[in-house]
Amino acid sequence: MTATLTPQPKRTDDRARRIVLLPDRPVRPGDRDTVVGERLPVPAALLAEGVTKRFQVERKKPPVIAIAGVTMRLDRGEIRGVLGANGSGKSTLIRLFSGLLTLDEGRVEVFGHDIVRDELAVKRLINRVSVDAAFFKKLSPLENLAFAARLYGLDARRAKRESIEILGRLGISEKRVGRPIEQMSRGMQQKVAIARALLTSPALLLLDEPTTGLDPRSKLDVQGFIADLRTTHDATIVLTTHDLDEADRLCDRITVLDRGRTVVEGTPTELKALVAADHGGTESLENVFMTYTGRSLDADVEEDADDDTTERR
Amino acid sequence: MAILAHEMKASFAFIERNFNLTKRYWGWEVAFLVYALAGALSVTLIGADQGSRRLIFSLMIGAIFWNYLSVIFSFIAETIAWERWEGTLEYTMMAPVRRYSQLLGSTLYAILYALIHTAFILVVLVLFFGLDLSHADLVTAAIFMLVGSVSFVGIGMMAAILPLLYVERGAQMTFVLQSVLLLISGVYYSIDVLPGWMQVASRFSPATYILDGVRKALIEGVSIGALWGDVWPLVVMGIALIPLGLWAFGRAERYAKRTGKLKRVG
Ligand SMILES: Nc1ncnc2c1ncn2[C@@H]1O[C@H](COP(=O)(O)OP(=O)(O)OP(=O)(O)O)[C@@H](O)[C@H]1O
Ligand SMILES: [Mg+2]
Repeated sequence: MTATLTPQPKRTDDRARRIVLLPDRPVRPGDRDTVVGERLPVPAALLAEGVTKRFQVERKKPPVIAIAGVTMRLDRGEIRGVLGANGSGKSTLIRLFSGLLTLDEGRVEVFGHDIVRDELAVKRLINRVSVDAAFFKKLSPLENLAFAARLYGLDARRAKRESIEILGRLGISEKRVGRPIEQMSRGMQQKVAIARALLTSPALLLLDEPTTGLDPRSKLDVQGFIADLRTTHDATIVLTTHDLDEADRLCDRITVLDRGRTVVEGTPTELKALVAADHGGTESLENVFMTYTGRSLDADVEEDADDDTTERR
Repeated sequence: MAILAHEMKASFAFIERNFNLTKRYWGWEVAFLVYALAGALSVTLIGADQGSRRLIFSLMIGAIFWNYLSVIFSFIAETIAWERWEGTLEYTMMAPVRRYSQLLGSTLYAILYALIHTAFILVVLVLFFGLDLSHADLVTAAIFMLVGSVSFVGIGMMAAILPLLYVERGAQMTFVLQSVLLLISGVYYSIDVLPGWMQVASRFSPATYILDGVRKALIEGVSIGALWGDVWPLVVMGIALIPLGLWAFGRAERYAKRTGKLKRVG
């Protein structure tokens, strides 16, 4: 129900002063200018509390803890980077937010809607782009996007117009939109995946390594697009990436995961300053990454010296 | 009303997408049609070999309607397997669509597809064997097909669960279900030749009633009014199997989301 959110100034610092109508109440004429009824603090775009996910991979073995008690809060319009080594739980976290995995513990709210109790409402608000562009490969970009449009209840003709426009902005010409996706390079496919997500105007966009495997130019295109998204679409974004420059440039705040736990969170500047002293004063996200995901710095490392996927406590 | 319209739109998404897929894989569609046609022909030729008109008729009906039912069944069962193979399953599952809209859309397309497929084979076989359908009660046969499809949709939904639960071999496992139905439903022979316990099992297969009804309608021209004994079990099964299929699918989806089985291998 994004429609009930009052228009808000973007990227102001006094976020606490923003107000919103009760999200579950239908909008009445005049609501927007003469706010009747109760004023509440803005619900977070994304609120996760104590989120935990375990996978039972083998019988009799303790489960893998993929995500352990992660708590985070994203304000509307924020781009949140999630960094971490391979297997640290980034994709699992994105899947939990997307409702593709059930929570073992904790809760998640998207614009005030609980993802379990209010599943359908949340699904309308979110979209996800994963590292592997998932399409019906024999279908054209337009056909794939038309399918997405119908799933999200959009008007077919308008969706087609918008698809062509969005694809065009991403550098995919009108000539190509009718040919099977399998004929496109991976970078182009990834752009189509992003276009598909944009088509549904998600209020919360979950991007799981959207630029991995792209050439430098495509990468820049996609990054530029992500930055645009916030300004033009007012989207809130969770972005996982292994590209630290990308995280530095795009993200307002960064959460570093290590083996399913949040080890540190802050703005890129804060994080860099935090570890600069240990690295002879050089400020870089690489140092942050190395410091917080370095296993040797952890006290409980010997537990999983042989197998980093078994349960840790 | 608005919700209903939205859900209908979502169902249509699956119909349109499957239509587009059929269009793009037309070479495969032709191959599949030839395969089904050759199968039906070779089975029916057993009747010609035996020199029995009645056997030709009976085998032809068995071959054709088994084709119809198995196309519906496998199409629905495959919707999940297909998406898993393409890697779109997670995307589709996180769309704001109720599961029944998704399954309804896939189902409607499957029935439409199977009807066209089967009609083509029927026409070719009737021409090939020079069969006379003037005594046949075509309306009754059509009613049996439609009523019977409902139960098969329910079974198809349950079969669709397998690819949800078994990441690698789920699609192949639906064939097991299909071949057991073929065995017990009297597709090419009378169920009277089956051992007693198999005959009991055959009572629980909707195909048994569909084939019996269609045979009587097409060969003997018996009308629907006289076939109540075949109709009511189909109605009961249809009413029971659809909600059961939806329920089972929902359970399987929750299981897949708990254990992380929606994602592709790896
Ligand atoms: N479906 C699943 N079944 C079993 N274990 C899983 C499943 N998904 C993830 N895991 C486990 O959870 C942990 C976190 O995996 P995840 O894919 O979230 O890592 P990641 O941070 O995205 O890694 P990468 O940088 O390689 O993408 C890993 O130990 C992984 O083996
Ligand atoms: Mg990942």
